[in-house]
Amino acid sequence: MISVHGLTKVFPGGVRALDSLDLEIGEGEFFALLGPSGCGKTTLLRTIAGLETPTSGSVVIGGTDVTALPPGRRDVAMVFQDYALFPHMDVTDNIAYPLRIRKVPRARRRARAAEVADRLSLTELLGRRPGQLSGGQQQRVALARAIACHPRAFLFDEPLSNLDARLRLEARTFLKRLQDELGVTTVFVTHDQGEALALAHRIAVMDAGRVAQVGTPAEVFHRPATTFVASFIGSTPMNLLPGRMGDGALHVAGAVLPVPGDPPGGEAGRGAGDGGDGGEIVYGVRPEYTDLSTTRRDDGFAGEVAVLENLGTATLVTLEGPGHLVQAVVPEGREPALGTTAWAVPRPGRALLYRDDVLVGRA
Amino acid sequence: MSTDAVGLGKSRAVVFALPALVLIGVFLVFPALWTIYLGLTDYRLTGLAAADPQVVGAANYTAALGDERFRSSFWLTAQYVLGSAVIGQAGLGFTLAWTLRGRRGAVRRVVEGLVLLSWILPGSVVAFLWIALLDRDGGTLNALLGTPGAAWLLDHPMLSIIVFNTWRGTAFSMMLYSAALENVPVSHLETARLAGASTLQQLRDVVLPQIRVHVLTNVLLTSLWTFNDFTPFLITAGGPEGRSEILPFYVYNTALRGGQLGFGAAVSFLILLINLVFALAYLRLLRNRREVAV
Amino acid sequence: MSSEPAADPGAHPGPAGASEPRIPPGPAVPGGPAPGPRSPVRHAPVRHALGRISSTAFLALVAAFFALPMLWLASAPFDAHPSITVSVPEFTLANFRAILANPYAAGSIVNSVIQAGGAAVLVVVLAALAAYALSRVRVPGRDVLLYVLLLLSSVVTGTAAMVPIFELATRLGLVDTHLGVILVVSGGLLPAAIFILKDFMDATPTSYEESARVFGASPMQILRHIVVPLVRPGLATVAVWAVASVWGGFLMQYILLRDPDKSPSAVVLFTLYTEGGQPDLPLISTFSLLYSLPVVLMYLFVSSRYGFRFHGGIKQ
Repeated sequence: MISVHGLTKVFPGGVRALDSLDLEIGEGEFFALLGPSGCGKTTLLRTIAGLETPTSGSVVIGGTDVTALPPGRRDVAMVFQDYALFPHMDVTDNIAYPLRIRKVPRARRRARAAEVADRLSLTELLGRRPGQLSGGQQQRVALARAIACHPRAFLFDEPLSNLDARLRLEARTFLKRLQDELGVTTVFVTHDQGEALALAHRIAVMDAGRVAQVGTPAEVFHRPATTFVASFIGSTPMNLLPGRMGDGALHVAGAVLPVPGDPPGGEAGRGAGDGGDGGEIVYGVRPEYTDLSTTRRDDGFAGEVAVLENLGTATLVTLEGPGHLVQAVVPEGREPALGTTAWAVPRPGRALLYRDDVLVGRA
Repeated sequence: MSTDAVGLGKSRAVVFALPALVLIGVFLVFPALWTIYLGLTDYRLTGLAAADPQVVGAANYTAALGDERFRSSFWLTAQYVLGSAVIGQAGLGFTLAWTLRGRRGAVRRVVEGLVLLSWILPGSVVAFLWIALLDRDGGTLNALLGTPGAAWLLDHPMLSIIVFNTWRGTAFSMMLYSAALENVPVSHLETARLAGASTLQQLRDVVLPQIRVHVLTNVLLTSLWTFNDFTPFLITAGGPEGRSEILPFYVYNTALRGGQLGFGAAVSFLILLINLVFALAYLRLLRNRREVAV
Repeated sequence: MSSEPAADPGAHPGPAGASEPRIPPGPAVPGGPAPGPRSPVRHAPVRHALGRISSTAFLALVAAFFALPMLWLASAPFDAHPSITVSVPEFTLANFRAILANPYAAGSIVNSVIQAGGAAVLVVVLAALAAYALSRVRVPGRDVLLYVLLLLSSVVTGTAAMVPIFELATRLGLVDTHLGVILVVSGGLLPAAIFILKDFMDATPTSYEESARVFGASPMQILRHIVVPLVRPGLATVAVWAVASVWGGFLMQYILLRDPDKSPSAVVLFTLYTEGGQPDLPLISTFSLLYSLPVVLMYLFVSSRYGFRFHGGIKQ
């Protein structure tokens, strides 16, 4: 539906925001562009919208190359981070604005605005100005305005970032349902991995103007392709520990772990095996997949219990070992005492091996 | 980041900006440049030199510098600017702002209202109001002071227009200093007072260092405006016998009334140069302040 | 002159005892050591009262100084026998008839309206277009250009450029035309107007325009639907400022217009009291009042609507 080929954007002054980037977004897909600030995700969205002109490369929407088309002729609707509701127009006029540009007669566009507003439970607010609306209401008006013009695709720039924490969850559910009902291809930008995991069908994790990984939420969560993705995805950061392969075992932070056999997936074992003796690797395991033992374990990372962070139904435990920190999530009521020694034991099959920052296997 | 947020495009941007730039070019930039050329000719309003002006080089400038009337006019202008802009407007404006600071209510509103009113009334109206005030026979001032027959405009023309221009322009300084004084933290003044500083010491040690840039801005701008002000012409027309003929009037009287356009242009160019010095100093100040603020 | 009564010094025996060296009352560094000499503080209530009285006296004097010349404008128009001296009027409105009797007075108000209105429209429209382009499209040298223009507008004043402007207007056939006055004064007002409006436009987020653009609005539509309504306060500021400048302006109108039928009120009023013979005081007083009223009302309107926003260097 939307595809991007070799897209490069260099801003005057030399900042390379996009670096020959390729991406395919399917029809009806809810697609997230995820990354830290400055990774180029907003530039990519704005380039798809036509607000930025790429230095090279092309943008194709619905089979048409739109690279040279102005934004108004790409048949997409964009919701901005600050919503960009026109402060001097009431809600009706705001929602109907795209139709006004298309010269739809006044009566018809008012009817259409009322219809969309009804769908988003905005009927009561039609006569108000944006300044008189709450953040959540403004967001829904911005969505209504995007819906009103029946675009081929929606582009959302950080659609939830201007809402407070509680409202954000509500709006997230609402947004997911809305996209599901409308079935319109939707691309959204976010820096919040939780938001991306919760909303998107597929996620492109971006780093320094390139796509680090594209995949379903489960894929990027369970098999992050690089250490960058691994450290970016997940509500608690993944443990990434330097290690070495030798003597038929993995030596990581004082623990001796078996070299993975031939796990399902094939390439993982091959990759690990190819490392051979003395290969430097990075061993990654999520705190959620790390169990805590208070008795000595050779396959666990030893450390002193340094921090306990209550997560509600569980507790995040930070162990401080010689030269490394390891985190583990323990169920409520099972927290170790501060200052005691404990062992963090990765669950079998849940750990990932990286060489030169790239995923090579699962252990 | 974006170089063209709304897709206006360079060509359309040029179309948008062009009419304004053309108008500025024709009626502001061109006259300034033309002044330089005209000042080098013997161009006159009428007569032979009107039809066929000759380039006379720096003759106009040497003539001006050698002209007793020009030198006296220059000297009067310096007095006028120093007296009415620096001492009068800036001084009275600051004193008013300092005195009114912390005051609210009717007194402040009345004083501010009157000072502002004298600033916004049209020039030709206030000129006549001052002619009436200073009139020799029926003037209100003479009636008040009990000095019937004192001819202020004839005997003290410079003093008259200096006081007039102080009256006319104090509003700007008052507002500028009021805004500046609001930014002086009260705690600093209180610290000084607790240390036993007198009012003058507080002003010198606490207030002035903090509003130095405002003072400079104010003095530069009021001087520039006063230097270019034509309103007092409506009161004295430079008279009597040139005793209040500051440079703007000198140019008007020699060039447009006397017909010596080339000569007047030469003097105009000198005025332009002096303006340029003031304006450059002001812009420098403005830019420094912006850099500090950013 | 202190703004609040000094605190009772006895309540705070400061840490700086008598044995400590006295801080010289000179450079009082903010945040420096606290109470030094006591005596000025002890007499503070008396000093405070005296200061208050003297400051009020000073303000009264200043108010009188500023009011004195204007009293005549308030009394003479309504005085059955106006003289040059201020006096309590014998109330009448008959003087206003003098305006209609004069062949130029009433017409000059129309001329003022044409010239001030024409210049304001021209300045607002051209400055808004230019400011928008300069605010939204980054052209190399844009900031330098703006500074140079602003510099020029304060350097090339009517006083400094009256000779070439008169000459230019003569050659272009603009002498004795409204258009001549409008073009000449607009040229002088435009740089500052562009500067002010660019400030307003820079303060408007570009996402409004981008949003409209994604919906397909053309640049002119964006300007009409979005930008103009958003910067309306800026447009009003510039319009009011332009009208006030031209309405009260004298020199350019005086040198560009010889024909009294085209002259604005500023020039006609001046000729009323400089032409020979006894000045017609009923006419001068009522005409002055009528001519002053619009600018005063405009300032009142602006200051009540927008507060007295005040841009340095706006008055010429």
